[in-house]
Amino acid sequence: MNIYFDNAATTVCGDTVANAVFTAMKEVYGNPSSVHSLGQKAALALDRARSDVAKLLNCEAKEIYFTSGGTESDNWAIRSAALTGALKGKKHVVSSKFEHHAVLHTLNRLEKEGYEITLLDVYSDGIVRPEDAERAIRDDTALVTIMYANNEIGTIQPIAEIGSICRRKGVPFHTDAVQAVGHIPVDVKADNVDMLSLSAHKFNGPKGVGVLYARQRVPLNIFMEGGAQERGRRGGTENVAGNIGLATALTEAVENLEANAAKTIAIREKLVKELLKIPKSRYNGDPEKHLPGVANFCFEGIEGESLLLKLDAAGICASSGSACTSGSLDPSHVLLAIGLSHEIAHGSLRLSFNEQNTFEEADFIIKTLPPIIEKLRSMSPVWERIQKGGK
Amino acid sequence: MPAYSKAVMDHFENPRNVGRIEDADGIGEVGNARCGDIMKMYLKIDDDVITDVKFNTFGCGAAIATSSMATELIKGKTIDEVLTLTNKAVVEALDGLPPLKVHCSVLAEEAVKSALVDYYNKSGRAKPKALEDFKVNGDAHDAPTNS
Ligand SMILES: Cc1ncc(COP(=O)(O)O)c(C=O)c1O
Repeated sequence: MNIYFDNAATTVCGDTVANAVFTAMKEVYGNPSSVHSLGQKAALALDRARSDVAKLLNCEAKEIYFTSGGTESDNWAIRSAALTGALKGKKHVVSSKFEHHAVLHTLNRLEKEGYEITLLDVYSDGIVRPEDAERAIRDDTALVTIMYANNEIGTIQPIAEIGSICRRKGVPFHTDAVQAVGHIPVDVKADNVDMLSLSAHKFNGPKGVGVLYARQRVPLNIFMEGGAQERGRRGGTENVAGNIGLATALTEAVENLEANAAKTIAIREKLVKELLKIPKSRYNGDPEKHLPGVANFCFEGIEGESLLLKLDAAGICASSGSACTSGSLDPSHVLLAIGLSHEIAHGSLRLSFNEQNTFEEADFIIKTLPPIIEKLRSMSPVWERIQKGGK
Repeated sequence: MPAYSKAVMDHFENPRNVGRIEDADGIGEVGNARCGDIMKMYLKIDDDVITDVKFNTFGCGAAIATSSMATELIKGKTIDEVLTLTNKAVVEALDGLPPLKVHCSVLAEEAVKSALVDYYNKSGRAKPKALEDFKVNGDAHDAPTNS
């Protein structure tokens, strides 16, 4: 039995999507650059995928660049804006403290290369303030990049507002919308974004496929030299089947967005209500400005990895921001950014779900989790101290 | 997540000697909550023999498994035997640990030694040479919410 509540990590491919990918691989196998009919059939299918995605994001097909996923899209967008800025003597980038590592590590690299980086605070509710963004923008700011929704705590950022400030100040604006697209309405025009990253595997599409949207007026550098694919900016024979899978998954997700969100939010409300009955538990991030399918908790006195191992043994797949699961000595930078102490951040649990999950599964988690926490607490010297009232 | 051996998973799922000893002869606590691992070790010592041992651990799967294995390795042993216990022995007894988790076994060794130091301090007996300049790496007894 597998109760999969780790959909912010990745999702299962839906049947329609898997069939579309399979069919494309078997029947649309021509090279889109070939002159012959099979090649042209592939080129046509690729065009259709591109214009489908464009329509769903409210932009032009020629503003869509297919990539290998969210990480590549983030790297490409940031590198491109940084290089373009540097040509005009602009070497300052504004971002936030709790971006995904695809963004933060790229910014670290830029810093080593002589750029200045300003990381905005995200406050205890996990929301960037537009005023802070406005204040951080300088004459030499080459880019503002703020994620649309956070992958660990699910908080949604005021993207349209920050976008309009950037537009007014003439600064390019990128958003990592990997967790948002397919789950909440995203419209590149209404949101005033110049560049946007998305990734298919977060909305029931295949892994290793993504999109970078780049507004026509915004310069976009060549990412990989090679053939003339992706309008000469990203060489290499296209992942035709994967891109078709992305377009199919996005179409399904957007068509069913409201119904899916309604069910997912109901699951979330149930989980939050019941799990917060556990003593010394807390819910992380603003509960309103929130993705439907992510709920992040901390349980004092226990450590996240041991919690995940016990949940896994009970058939529940989830994730945590503890040090042991982040592969370093520190717990997740997201939880530290919202002001949690190291100790509390170690006891975090992220449940992420979608319309494919059921209320029965949520009930099972609600039933299974408390005794596990109790067991871990019963052997925890930290819990003993908390019980004794010592902090 | 790291791939744990069967032995680690067994000691994690069914930890041996969990608990506290109210009238312990020596108590050692190492690690700190900041890093996500705290081990507390309780010893009963009679005639230089570890007659009983219990532990409490806050930490990952490896932290719990290494604590559990360390208690198994020292129970019934003489202090001299226990002093030869290294973190390597704990790792080997668990059929290996992922590289990132080896520090948990170091913590387990330190928890035992720090409980022995406490025993000597409390009993007023002279510490054996091996414990004279023993220092734990982690700042033990740190208040857990210090950040
Ligand atoms: C917010 C965010 N950005 C970027 C990524 C990276 O996407 P990908 O795995 O497609 O490279 C992820 C997912 O891991 C994410 O959650």
